[in-house]
Amino acid sequence: MGQQEMRKLTYRDAVREGLREALQKDERVFLMGEDVGRYGGCFAASKDLLEEFGPERIRDTPLSESTFTGAGIGAALGGMRPIVEIMTVNFSLLALDQIMNNAATYLHMSGGLFNVPLVIRMATGGGKQLAAQHSHSLEGWYAHIPGIKVLCPATLEDARGMLWSALLDPDPVLIFEPAVLYPMEGELAVDAGAVEIGKAKLLREGKDLSLISYGSCLHKSLEAAAILAEEGIETDVIDLRTLRPLDEKSFLASVAKTHRALIVDEGWRSGSISAEISARIMEQAFYQLDAPVERICSAEVPMPYAKHMEEAALPQVVSIVETARRMVHG
Amino acid sequence: MTIASSVSGQPLVDQEHSLHLLHRMLRIRRFEEKSAELYSAMKIRGFLHLYIGEEAVAVGVAEALTADDAVVATYREHGHAMVRGMSMAEIMAEMYGKVGGCSRGRGGSMHLFDAERRLYGGNAIVGGGLPVAVGLALADRLQKKNRVTCCCFGEGAVAEGEFHESMNLAALWQLPVLFVCENNLYAMGTALQLSESVIDLPRKAAAYAVPTATVDGMDVIAVAEAARKASDTVRETGGPFFLECRTYRFRPHSMFDPEFYRSKQEVEGWKQRCPILSLSNRLKERGWLDESALEQLEAEIATEIAEAVDFAEQSAWESVEDLTRFVYSESGVN
Repeated sequence: MGQQEMRKLTYRDAVREGLREALQKDERVFLMGEDVGRYGGCFAASKDLLEEFGPERIRDTPLSESTFTGAGIGAALGGMRPIVEIMTVNFSLLALDQIMNNAATYLHMSGGLFNVPLVIRMATGGGKQLAAQHSHSLEGWYAHIPGIKVLCPATLEDARGMLWSALLDPDPVLIFEPAVLYPMEGELAVDAGAVEIGKAKLLREGKDLSLISYGSCLHKSLEAAAILAEEGIETDVIDLRTLRPLDEKSFLASVAKTHRALIVDEGWRSGSISAEISARIMEQAFYQLDAPVERICSAEVPMPYAKHMEEAALPQVVSIVETARRMVHG
Repeated sequence: MTIASSVSGQPLVDQEHSLHLLHRMLRIRRFEEKSAELYSAMKIRGFLHLYIGEEAVAVGVAEALTADDAVVATYREHGHAMVRGMSMAEIMAEMYGKVGGCSRGRGGSMHLFDAERRLYGGNAIVGGGLPVAVGLALADRLQKKNRVTCCCFGEGAVAEGEFHESMNLAALWQLPVLFVCENNLYAMGTALQLSESVIDLPRKAAAYAVPTATVDGMDVIAVAEAARKASDTVRETGGPFFLECRTYRFRPHSMFDPEFYRSKQEVEGWKQRCPILSLSNRLKERGWLDESALEQLEAEIATEIAEAVDFAEQSAWESVEDLTRFVYSESGVN
């Protein structure tokens, strides 16, 4: 593994490489959404793809989230492999009818006759001072819906590799890209490609506490884990990667080892994916626990604009460290 | 409301074709009458939306479609499923909730599907099928398949944002969708003039540069002709067309509708324009149909219905062990 040739790039570059590879590999793949072509994508994830693949395959759409998402469903039913890009998760609510009532239900309503091989990508989360209509983390909501799969790539490897696996999936897959991660720099193997979806990943090992997270909070959890390690607290850090189906084996195995679980989730606490994970730990690992499961989530307010207020609303490294310390030392 | 038709009063030119249209309308009518009876007998449950009175639309439009074209319909789609070629048996079994139904009993009356015949539902969200139809047409365009996607919806859908978005997108990208608006004047219980500031519906489509026509939806010959012209335009231009069919539902919206919103007199007035009655009268006047031929037709249909009911009765209930099937595909990579 150590012999792999690496190169530097950003999360945005990784997403773009994934798109480019998919468009190169499969003629049926096309990208559509608001400003994906001439503008290059609102987060520049599809920059220059129009020039390379042409307007038939890189399609700028009107501001009609419901209809271009529904058109993605129809095109998928008609034999194509569309990638629909929705600018942000808040705008995806305009397409929720199509996602929930059509994409997620077609296979079941038709008794197995019609599957919908559609991929929908969108930006999610706060941290960019974009206030209450551009900053929420609603992927946990989507994870409530049977019939779709929900992915959240937090690493360059996943940003690069989840798309192709999602396109190979016969059913609708939603990919949530934390907006705050697009400029994140890192290293990726030169030959990086598709990655497995549906499985969580243990990114750091420790015996004292399980930090369970995904998306942008994963990086805060890793940072907290490094600080805690200096104090002698060793943590498992789990990247969930997929919120539906939830890879419960991964965190249950971790809790069986550490006996303490702290979930870090950018969604609001009430009815969140963190609540679901907590419930599953209670249901299946209650007698393994040495302390109550705890959660760090976003404050239950619409996201404020002012920097200090937004920071106060979002999970932060310091609160992860403090909570972990208290959970281990009492 | 006046029936201002751009296409109407078509002459009967072909006996065989006219009788074929009558047969198709009568099949839908009798099948649905039986369905209503079975609903009262509690064999069919959930919602049951009958198409009675509107048969000329599905039957006429089907004449303009080939087996390779696609259809996206609404929750009032028994007629569309039948003219698409689905058997009464698989539709009836579906409404019984049996595994022998076209959707294994997972969909019911509102969600009839057929992959082979390219019927993409049975969509029970008003307006929800329009974007899907646009996407099916987009797939055809991208795969260079010269096919039409026919999207049927009621006039109530015109109030939905998805109608306007879909008209715009289909016109902007010039996609081959035949939009068929079945204007039966009431969105459930709300009259068109109580929900729309502009009730001249083709104007709305025309605003998106979609060519339009209006036809008397109670005249199957006229509908068939208008639909043929409309689908020809779609095939020739590769772009969309909006066809308004002015029609009327004789029965309540569903089985739970006391019909406070319209008068008995109005309903009776429209029943005088019954598409089946008027065609059979015209055929009789022309000497192309007599009582014994009509009786024979009725007898054939009655037998077909009896067999369908028998099939539904005999069909098995799906095992509860299979409850969570069809949430995700069971095999394969696409």
